[in-house]
Order: sequence, then C-alpha cells, then structure tokens
Amino acid sequence: MSVATAAPRVDLRRLGITIAAPTLAIVFSLLITALILISTGDPVMSTLDQVWAYGKQPRVIALTVNQATTYYLSALAVAIGFRMNLFNIGVDGQYRLAAFAAAVVGSSFELPKPLHLFVIVLVAMLVGAMWAGIAAVLKVTRGVSEVISTIMLNAIATALIAFMLREVAVEVAGSNNIGTKPIAESGALPGIPLIPESPLEVFGFIVVAALAGVAYTVVLGRTRFGFDLRATGHSESAAVASGVNVRRMVIVSMLLSGAVAGLVGMPQLLGGASRSYSLDFPAGLGFTGIAIALLGRNNALGMAFSALLFSFLDASSIILDINDISKEIVLIMQGTIVLSVVVAYELVRRYSIVAEQRRVSRQLAEEQASARPKEVST
Amino acid sequence: MSLVDSTSTTAGAPDPKDGPTPARRLPKAGLPLVLLAIAALILLLSIVAAVTGAEDLTSSGTIGAALALAIPIGMAGLGGLWAERAGVVNIGLEGMMILGTWGAGWAGYQWGPWTGVLVGTLMGAIGGLLHALATVTFGVDHIVSGVAINILGLGAAQFLSVIAFEGVPGGGESQSPPIADIAEISVPGLAGPLLDLQQKQIFLLSDLAGVVRGLATGVSLMTVVAILLVIGSYFVLWRTAFGLRLRSCGESPVAAESLGVNVYLMKYAAVIASGAFAGVGGAFLAIVAGNGYREGQTAGRGFIGLAAMIFGNWRPGGLAAGAGLFGYTDSLQLRRGPESVHALLLLAGVLLIAAAVFLVVRRRMVAALVTFVAGVLFLVWYALTDTVPEQFTTMTPYVTTLLVLALASQRLRMPAADGLPYRRGQGA
Repeated sequence: MSVATAAPRVDLRRLGITIAAPTLAIVFSLLITALILISTGDPVMSTLDQVWAYGKQPRVIALTVNQATTYYLSALAVAIGFRMNLFNIGVDGQYRLAAFAAAVVGSSFELPKPLHLFVIVLVAMLVGAMWAGIAAVLKVTRGVSEVISTIMLNAIATALIAFMLREVAVEVAGSNNIGTKPIAESGALPGIPLIPESPLEVFGFIVVAALAGVAYTVVLGRTRFGFDLRATGHSESAAVASGVNVRRMVIVSMLLSGAVAGLVGMPQLLGGASRSYSLDFPAGLGFTGIAIALLGRNNALGMAFSALLFSFLDASSIILDINDISKEIVLIMQGTIVLSVVVAYELVRRYSIVAEQRRVSRQLAEEQASARPKEVST
Repeated sequence: MSLVDSTSTTAGAPDPKDGPTPARRLPKAGLPLVLLAIAALILLLSIVAAVTGAEDLTSSGTIGAALALAIPIGMAGLGGLWAERAGVVNIGLEGMMILGTWGAGWAGYQWGPWTGVLVGTLMGAIGGLLHALATVTFGVDHIVSGVAINILGLGAAQFLSVIAFEGVPGGGESQSPPIADIAEISVPGLAGPLLDLQQKQIFLLSDLAGVVRGLATGVSLMTVVAILLVIGSYFVLWRTAFGLRLRSCGESPVAAESLGVNVYLMKYAAVIASGAFAGVGGAFLAIVAGNGYREGQTAGRGFIGLAAMIFGNWRPGGLAAGAGLFGYTDSLQLRRGPESVHALLLLAGVLLIAAAVFLVVRRRMVAALVTFVAGVLFLVWYALTDTVPEQFTTMTPYVTTLLVLALASQRLRMPAADGLPYRRGQGA
C-alpha cells in the first residue's frame, strides 16, 4: 500500500465530509422548523412551498443576492480575524463608522467617476481599519482582549455616529429621517442586470466582493504572510519559534479585517437609492457576518454559499409575515443551522478519526499476521 | 481561543500554580485594601463634586440607579464566572439573558414577580444546558456555540412573545403585560437623617450620606438576592470541595480527571448554572428595571457582563467592582448627564496623571508618557468646555471600561484551560 494510492481516496472522503456535514445540518434545522410549525398549527409543506415559490421570483433573487453581497463582505472581515484566532466582534461598529465617514467625505466634493468612487471606498477602508486598529493596539500593548474592546468600540461607534450625524445631518426628503448629504451622481456605482427578468439590478459592488473573496483565498492560502497568519492562529508558540512577530501579525491582521469591514456598507451606500448615511442605515450586519463565517468555515466559497443561504432565509421572512406565520422562525432556523453544522462537523470528524484508527490497526494486524510465518520458518 | 493575549504579558508571566493572584509583587486584594480603595474613591468623587459643583456624582439618586443598573451586568458576569471557571467560554450569555427576560415576562404577569424570576432563571438554564450539550458533549468550539445561542435565544424569545403576548390585554407582539413590582426594603431609620445630611452640602459628609442613602434605602429585594448570589458564588466556588473540583476543571481538566473528578458533570453543572445566572439577570431587567418583557431589553448587557468578569480577573469581587463601575457611569447619564460626565473628565484626567507618576516610579517611561498625555488631554477637554454633548454621555460606560482595562489588563489571568476542548480519557 503506497502513499500515492492513498492520497486521492482520502481527498474523496474529505470532500464527502465537507458536503455531508452542512447537508446534515440543514436537514436537521428544517426538521426543527417543521416541528415548530407543527406545534403552532401551521401547515408545514404548504409553508415551505410558498417560501420556495416566493424565493425563486427574479426580483427576490436579486434582493437575496444584494443582501448576500453585504453579508459576504462582513463574513470575510470576521474570517480574517478567525484565521489568526482573533475574534473581531467589532465589524459592526467598524463598517457603520466607515460608511458614515465615507458618506460625509464622498458628499463633500465631486470628482470624475472612477476617482470619486475610489476615494469613497478608500476612506471607508481606512476608517474601518483605524477603528479596528484601536483594538489591535490595545491588545498588543496593554493585553486587552479584543473580544471585550471591540464590543466596547461598537457601542462607542454608535454614540459617535449619533453625535456626528446630528452635526452634519440634513433631512432626508419626504420623511422625518435625518442623514448625511447625498453623494453626487459621480459617486454612484451602477447596478448590474445580472438576474434575467428582474426589475431590480444587482449591486455593482458584487464584483468587488467577489474579488475580495479571491484575494482572501490567495493571500491566506498562497503567500508567506498568509502562512504566518494561519500558523499564528494554530499555534502561537510554534509561530514564534519560526520567527513570526506575533504582535505585528495581530496589528496587521486586525487592520486588514477592519479595512474589509469598511467595505461592508459600500454596496448600500454606493448602489442604494439615497446614497447617504441616514438613521435607518442597515445595522447589525457585523453580527450576521460572524454566523456566516462560522457556517462557511472561513472558506471563501463556503462563506459565499452561507451568505446566500442566510439572505434567502431573510427574504423568506417577508412571505412568512404575509402568511401570518411569525417571521422570527427564520432567526431560530439560522441559529439552529449554525449550531448543528458545527456539531455535524465534529461528529463526522470523530467518526473519521475512529474509522482511520480501525483501518490502521487492521493493517498492522495483517502485516503482523503475514510476518509471523516467516519468523517461524527461519 | 484565548481571551487575554498571552503575547503581551511580561517575561515574568504568572505561573498557574502560584494561585489566583497574578502579580506577585502586588499585595493580595484583601478586605482592608478594598475598603481603603472604596474610601479613596468616595473621597476623590466628593472632591471632584465640590470642585465642579456636579452634585449628582455622589447623590443618592445616582448611587441607587447605579446599583440597579449594575445588577443585570453583575448577574451576567457571574454566569460568565461559573462557566469560565470550569473552562467553558460562554459568549452566549446575551442569548440566555434574553430567554430569561421572556421567561420572567411570561410567568411574571400571570403568577407574580417571584414566579417570573424562577421561570426566567429556568429559561436561562435551558440556554446553558444547550451550550453545555454543544461544548461538552459534542466538543463544539465554545465561541461558535455561544454565537449560535445568541441568535437562537433572540429568535426564540421573539417567536414565543408573539405566541404568548399577542392579544393579551396590556401585551403585544414585542412586550408582555405589566408585572407587579417586587417589594423594596430600606434600612429603618436611615432615610430621613441621611437626606437632611445630604442636602446640607457639607464636603465629604454629604457625599457619604448620599452614597449610603443610595445603597440602603429603597432597594429592591431582588437586588438583595442578587448580591447574595455573588457572595454565595464566592463561598461555593472557593470554600467548598465542589467548587474546588469545578475550578480544577477550568485549570487542568486532565489532572482533575486523574484525581477522579467527573469533569463532564462539573462542566455541565457550571454551564447550566451560568445560564441560570444570566436568566436571573434577564428576569431582573424585565421585572425590577422594567415593567415586563420588552424586545431588545438586554441591549448587549450579556457581553458587558462578560467584560465585567474579565475586568474582575475571573473573581466574584472583581466582577462586582466591574459591574459597579459600569452601572455607576451608566447611571450618570440619567442624572444631568452632560454636566456629570463633564465632571468625570476631571476625575479621569487626575487619575491618569496619577497613574503616569506611578509608571515613572516603575521606570516604564513610554507607558508613563502615553498615560500622561492622555491625562492632560482629558484636563484640557475639561477646562475648555462646560458640558459634554448629550450623545457622549451614552458612551461613558464603554469608554471607562476600555480605559480601565487598558490600565489594568496585564495583571489579569484567566483559568488555564479556559475555552480549550476536553475529551474524557484522551489525555493532554
């Protein structure tokens, strides 16, 4: 038995595991959802039918893809931290502050289109990185856990935005909402008619999100920096022993995470109708990003699927509401998926370890059995 | 996942075997030292109050509100303490707390407040059980499970509140009908004389009267119960064999196992208790702080409780101090916030400069310089303005927590095996 023949078989099995676990989890959470529906006396099959029928309308698909774009960026930001064992709960504050600053800067001047867009996005990334950088500096110089500091920074960002918004705000036309001045036409990112027959265009920023996903995979998987980052995440002492400057890595990865977090608000800001940061700018995307990163196991493709799944579920809450079924069931389903997917992975992992041990011990027994007669004969 | 960064601890990193106090050079924070610190703090506050005229810094109203605001955070922190002392990181406290608010609302309006507390506690404990099942039995990453429980707790509470409260008189989709109040108690014979003293505006004496009056009059029985829970947790965890076994699971589960401790059982007990405490915190919010279950009532207090516990170095006294600090700064915004928080700037400036002097004595020049500059900035800010913008007052508790952690964090030591996976019989 040679290594060459073993390798592809193991890979196949790993692929099986990778697919089996999330499938199991989704089936399990569908079961839970069905149980809840039964307990409240709602018809299970027709509800699922309606959700499916609603979800495959072109307009809803476009809506789902748009929401998934922001979720995906948020998950990427969280995942950069996760790969190095840093828990950036602060994506939420980072993207909101970044979007606010970008809206203020972007609306204060006009530039030729590509340049204007570039400046706005750059400001967002810098502000996001700066806000995450506070947590990074506190961690490496003062040993403050990033879990705590980013939670605090989220709350501080909320208060800071409320303060500054009052200073710069104008009234949003036709409502009692207040927001920043709208960004000029040169700062608008055109949508893409990606979904046929959909009256709604997909955010142009989806291209940037896809590129960010590719960059994430390449940088973390194919560069020295990415290797150091993952090594630090796996074993800090081993990384130190191989010459990695852990403090520098903490700062750099936190800044990167914050910069990507800065992108989260951009699809809405540049592609939305109002092109301004107002009181009803979407909040809480950072927390959803955590769940999606966990579900996608920090894998660029996995997170894309998870983002689509989550935003599909979000969209389906609308039809549930119309049918008088409480839409909170979607949250329960999302939570159940996250929890059961990790349980499924763990169970599958344990099973494969046991199977591997059995296989090796059987092999050893066979080898011994074939070796023994030889000994006797000599 | 390590909550406190090990890279930044100094070369003389504390050895787990040395016991709970992390920095050997500092005296152990015994009762006399704690009392001294409290006295110094009250003195400082009354000086600042006298200088700035911000009487609300030490008024009984502020202190009373601070106590009420500190309790839910302290309960969440206590939940974190139980779980993490047994080696399980519990970031799902927020979700368990939300379950607690719903349980309290549901049972409270039907069968009275104390039943509400009980059911809230049970709901929290169910959240804890789920976390224990995921982390202990299935070996799931603690953070992942916690995040999932936060989503689940929120979803379940919202879902259940639609079912339980919609159409009920006084209730609705996102709120329960009002719940009867829990009785308030006062130390007899104190209220009147203390109020007189407080109103006379005598330096220090009036401040002291305000503080004592805030703590000793009109205190909800539930607050008393919560404080007893903190003290009780200390005795159970540090003064009983059960507590020793439980904590040994957080320090070295393999060693505990070799001594015959049922590590799984201990972890289950600790995490379920953890959820129960979070549930108590939720019930407090619904019944004492509020007037029934409201959607979004917890507002991140589960996370802040976790912060208070880390701030308190994984000790009951420390977490109580952390919760108190947070509750105090939070209550200031309710009592003429812009003015009171402005006065706090002076205090922060003075304290930072004192810390800088301390650092110079320790020959930590760079840190001293940074601290000094920060202190001067606070003083300049204080001198150049009369009040703090309204929105800034809401961030005071968070900024304070961050500042205090930045000054104190390096002395912290978490349980050695906190957050690490453990499988029975699979050694180190």
